[in-house]
Amino acid sequence: MDYVIMVVITFGALFVLLAAIGIVRMPDLYLRISVTTKAATLGVGMILIAAAVYFGEASMTTRALAIVFFLLLTAPVAAHLIGKASYFVGIPLWRKTVLDDLKDSEDTHSLLGIDEEDEDADKKDDSQKPESEV
Amino acid sequence: MTLHEYLQFVILPIMALSAILIFVRFLMGPSLSDRVVALDLLITTAIGTISVFAVIFNEKDYLDVAIILALIAFLTTVAFAYYIEKQKKR
Repeated sequence: MDYVIMVVITFGALFVLLAAIGIVRMPDLYLRISVTTKAATLGVGMILIAAAVYFGEASMTTRALAIVFFLLLTAPVAAHLIGKASYFVGIPLWRKTVLDDLKDSEDTHSLLGIDEEDEDADKKDDSQKPESEV
Repeated sequence: MTLHEYLQFVILPIMALSAILIFVRFLMGPSLSDRVVALDLLITTAIGTISVFAVIFNEKDYLDVAIILALIAFLTTVAFAYYIEKQKKR
């Protein structure tokens, strides 16, 4: 049983290390968000499952599964929120980005939920070019 | 090599190295959003490290701390996203 725990926890730690390398090496905020929300969640989930196998009690298994379920539930929501906020604030995309579906969308303010009575035209102009280079 | 030695001398250095790398991005990050993402990933890594510590010390109560950290990570990210959106309005 120890070897099962060793193997699972090794893969979990390697996935966390891959996420850490990815957040340093990735060229773009949105690619970094992608790395964070997938690799790290999988790695931490594997470590928690290994801990649940080690203790082997119903209470610890319940706690570990609760944490895994909560991480799987909240990581995409948090990534989507921070990505949407960053895009409309004007964080630039990577210059080799192929597809940008929101590039021509005029109603970014309705997407943000901000009423635009007090918005100037020039402010809107310089803030709606997130595809410009760094 | 027993399980506890393996966890202490192989797994914990890997987790520490990943925490250091994430902290490098936290210091470098060009924008506020980069730092928020790095902070979120740092707390997620801390949850994994706490689980490894719970196995090493055979201490069951440590996973409660991991639950609280998971809650706080989601809350901080949502709050920062809200205020980054509000930042544009002024």
